[in-house]
Amino acid sequence: MAERWTQDVKPFLAKWALVAVPYLWSLLFFLAPFLIILKISLSQTAIAMPPYVPVIGSLGDFWAKLSDFTFDNYVFLTEDPLYYSAYLSSLRIALVSTILLLIVGYPIAYGMARAPKSLRNALVMAVILPFWTSFLIRVYAWIGILKPEGLITIALQSLGILGPDEQIHVYNTETAVFIGIVYSYLPFMVLPLYAALEKLDATLLEAAADLGCPPTKSFWVITFPLSLPGVIAGCFLCFIPIVGEFVIPDLLGGSETLMIGKTLWAEFFNNRDWPVSSAVAVVLLIILVVPIVIFQNQQKKA
Amino acid sequence: MIEAVGPIKRKFAPWDDPTLKPFIRFENVTKRFGDFTAVDNLTLDIYEREFFALLGPSGCGKTTLMRMLAGFEQPTEGRILLDGKDLSGIPPYKRPVNMMFQSYALFPHMTVEGNIAFGLKQEGMDTSNINTRVAEMLELVKLEKFAKRKPHQLSGGQRQRVALARSLAKRPKVLLLDEPLGALDRKLREETQFELMDIQMELGMTFLIVTHDQEEAMTVSDRIAVMNHGIIAQIGTASEIYEQPASRYVADFVGDINLIDGTVTAVDDDNVTLHCAGVDATIVAEAGAGEVAVGAEAGFAIRPEKVQISLEAPPAGTPNVLSGEVWDIGYLGDISVYRVRLAGGSIVKATVANLTRIVERPITWEDKVYLTWPADAGVILLK
Repeated sequence: MAERWTQDVKPFLAKWALVAVPYLWSLLFFLAPFLIILKISLSQTAIAMPPYVPVIGSLGDFWAKLSDFTFDNYVFLTEDPLYYSAYLSSLRIALVSTILLLIVGYPIAYGMARAPKSLRNALVMAVILPFWTSFLIRVYAWIGILKPEGLITIALQSLGILGPDEQIHVYNTETAVFIGIVYSYLPFMVLPLYAALEKLDATLLEAAADLGCPPTKSFWVITFPLSLPGVIAGCFLCFIPIVGEFVIPDLLGGSETLMIGKTLWAEFFNNRDWPVSSAVAVVLLIILVVPIVIFQNQQKKA
Repeated sequence: MIEAVGPIKRKFAPWDDPTLKPFIRFENVTKRFGDFTAVDNLTLDIYEREFFALLGPSGCGKTTLMRMLAGFEQPTEGRILLDGKDLSGIPPYKRPVNMMFQSYALFPHMTVEGNIAFGLKQEGMDTSNINTRVAEMLELVKLEKFAKRKPHQLSGGQRQRVALARSLAKRPKVLLLDEPLGALDRKLREETQFELMDIQMELGMTFLIVTHDQEEAMTVSDRIAVMNHGIIAQIGTASEIYEQPASRYVADFVGDINLIDGTVTAVDDDNVTLHCAGVDATIVAEAGAGEVAVGAEAGFAIRPEKVQISLEAPPAGTPNVLSGEVWDIGYLGDISVYRVRLAGGSIVKATVANLTRIVERPITWEDKVYLTWPADAGVILLK
């Protein structure tokens, strides 16, 4: 009996206990909150505490009040063009930002990967270092830089490029949102790209040159294709959270910058419409599941 | 009457023909990396259609020399000529040489075909010609069935063939081979060595191989340059280097050697007499090319297979006799190595071919044996 315990049961339990930890974590902190949001999204607003009905107290309640659940909130989302354009605008801003991040991040990652070995760790540190300051503070700092009487205006004025009465009007525009996003998400683009480029065997480029391929061309036929896994990882790591981004458009964008994160916040806190904002969140999740699944398949292949 | 025809002996020695111009010429080439001198004022001529080997230990500068010819490194001083044309300033992608890399450096995202076609595409060759050439190359290296595979789906030996096919596809004037067979196991390596020789003869190209494996260098090449610390210690055919080593370094690096130190006591037209105090013997050897003076410190070098080992004492008056005790016997299958300890304590190796399948060998441990050799079996090397 004791033998059976040590030989079969104990390793079995040990193995499953280890696997159970991440599953339990996801269950508690992802699945349970998601089910609550899903439930709220199917409820109706009410002037009450909490501000929706039905409120489920027990499992018996659930069956009794099943008929009170409604898809009205989802129907509502399709009726008001605000939501539709907020989703589209979020996807557009996320797409443009991701392309900008790739354009800015690739040369940085390439330079890091080509730097002398002794310098590389320091360069990786330099990319990670901003994380040590609060994200919120860093975005606030951009207000000081971008605002009409901010650092850029002062710098350009002192260089004589701008007259003493002229100002740069970037703050509260979509441009400011792009600047903020590219700045904040750059490490998420640079690090996977760097990982892919650093692995690249330099003799492949020598082999290409040896076979008659000039360096500029060998970048496009050797380096870039071989860094594609890094490009894909970086793009998805940036694109997915940018779609739901709230802080940056809220702080740096003006009223004309429409993003779904801001809409969700307004529904929740300004209108106290928990059910509609929950529906907005559920739809956002469904929109994002598609690229996440593509990303995961890509990772499996790589 | 049918006349018996022996194997045709190839006589290929363009280096002996003063009317021929060298195809590749390294002219007083020096390469320094910081304060390390990898190649030191080196001059070397290689002839068209020659299979030339650069042999030496790691760090001797052989790879640097090859990389300079490929254009990956620039000489610090001196110049490199190819077919009479100075190569300095010409980038690697414009040089008519191709290289087979030690790591193979196959493009992992391309198929076997794609890898072989890569160089041809850079030339701007049209598709139908590329396809013909790729098919030819696949046939040459016997990889027709693997055309659509990616490098990671191939074995080490197959990858090596793809690398060879890729470097040959452009029909370069010179093919550079950087330790091409280093990653293969012994059997496959030997087979591939002979294949390389066949391919080189068939295509009539000049091959330059870099290797630290003396057997490989001796098997494949017409001539060998033995390198040490950035200079050439000796250039010659395999047998010249093996039988007439120019220095102790070459004698020691290529093959196995017994070196016995002594003082020159007599020199005449044919022979040099050496008194070896360490082993208490007098050795008479044929005078080599170098000038040897009486009283000079010199060494006598003899290959183990040229030393005869016997239990019976040779007749009195026989020159070149050493006696000792069998210290160790190594049985290698084809040969046995006897390590004989001389009176002074030094060890001399003698090898004997195991021509029969006898189990009992007459000479065994601790036997008193006599070592003899003919006067022309060894060479005198100055210190």
